[in-house]
Amino acid sequence: MSEKELIVQKIVEGTVIDHIEAGKALHVLSVLGISGEEGKVITIAMNVPSKKYGKKDIIKIENAYLSPEITNKISLISPHTTVNIIKNYKVVEKRAIEIPDEFVGIFKCPNPNCITNSEETMATKFYVPSKNPPLLRCKYCGRIYSPNEVM
Amino acid sequence: MAKLNPFKNKDVILIKDFTRDDLFYLFQKADKIERMPERDRICLLNGKILGYLFFEPSTRTRLSFEAAMLWLGGRTLGFAEPKVSSVEKGESLADTIRTVENYVDVIVMRHSKDGAASFAAEIASKPLINGGSGTEEHPTQAMLDLYTIIKEKGSIDNLKIGLLGDLKYGRTVYSLLYGLSKFNVEVKLISHPILRVRREIFFDLEKKVKISEHDNLEEILPDLDVLYVTRIQKERFPDLSEYERVKSSYNVNLKILQKAKDDLIILHPFPRIDEISPEVDSSPHAKYFKQMLNGRILRSALLASILDVPF
Repeated sequence: MSEKELIVQKIVEGTVIDHIEAGKALHVLSVLGISGEEGKVITIAMNVPSKKYGKKDIIKIENAYLSPEITNKISLISPHTTVNIIKNYKVVEKRAIEIPDEFVGIFKCPNPNCITNSEETMATKFYVPSKNPPLLRCKYCGRIYSPNEVM
Repeated sequence: MAKLNPFKNKDVILIKDFTRDDLFYLFQKADKIERMPERDRICLLNGKILGYLFFEPSTRTRLSFEAAMLWLGGRTLGFAEPKVSSVEKGESLADTIRTVENYVDVIVMRHSKDGAASFAAEIASKPLINGGSGTEEHPTQAMLDLYTIIKEKGSIDNLKIGLLGDLKYGRTVYSLLYGLSKFNVEVKLISHPILRVRREIFFDLEKKVKISEHDNLEEILPDLDVLYVTRIQKERFPDLSEYERVKSSYNVNLKILQKAKDDLIILHPFPRIDEISPEVDSSPHAKYFKQMLNGRILRSALLASILDVPF
């Protein structure tokens, strides 16, 4: 079964999030804040064969153009993801995702004594003091973590 | 031209938010306020109110802030334990701050959670002073520690400073290390291996200040100009059996101090348990009671600077 056959039909307009780490598509949607209740047509393919990575997930969202600010949120969850913006069946923009300078409301602070774990209304905020290797620093308790520790 | 007041209406959350010049501005103001005639000093904060919100126990920090405010003619209101506030009924920290800020001009808050002061300062429209936040920071303690070192040694630069005890959980340690990083000092961290400083210190300060880690106080002591002793903080240990393993790891006594330089000074943010024997109190090395007095003076200067009264 070729990769081409597996990938669900092309979309006319929208965003294709490709090369998502296998099995992470639902996590990616959650981080992007997409629940499905928005009413957009969304196609999710999980664990499809990939020449480059063996297996991968793909998400296609019709009639929505996700900005780099939005898609960069998944940079630590699935760093090799690519984003294609489709207009009239054609890829008009293809971009790699980049690690942003901060992550707001995405990760939980692993420090059980951090205030973000006890004030219900608080959004967590992590700065990125180093992108290579990536490190996260809680804006509130100041602790530094590797991506594995916050996910 | 007089230097602009860097503390005007400013929150004091982390000592790293202030420069070396800012600290010297504060120390000069502290010296000035100490020398000020009572009739002038007692009018400085007339009509101003300090709100103190202490979600964790405190003796020195709360009383010295209160004393500082009263010393300058201001007034105070607040709570010394959350049980007597609506926090006991489940009120959030955010709502507590939004309430109290209506009644006061400046707030000092102590909280057991790391980052609580940063969060509270985001909410408060009035200046907020961190009176200790979890294991994170206690910036005004470090300010008065640095002030005490300057008063006792004349300068901070070129000193060898040892920090002893609970370096993992002691918030005063973190504030002091960030404060010392603004000076040319050599820092020796002495602790039980499981109470070493958190990795953030090396990430932030490795290139700014010469730091080394040690187990043995007696080996290091002869080199030191300042020994900063901290209590092993039982209340911060997630696992009490770990506390039992490390409590009483160190004891500073007159016998050990025979190896120290004659002009070594010993500081301690207090409270102490058994890490400094009472016999040391009357030795010329002991400066921790003076440190407490400096706390009131320094915090007076800080309050007057934040509230930007001319002096």
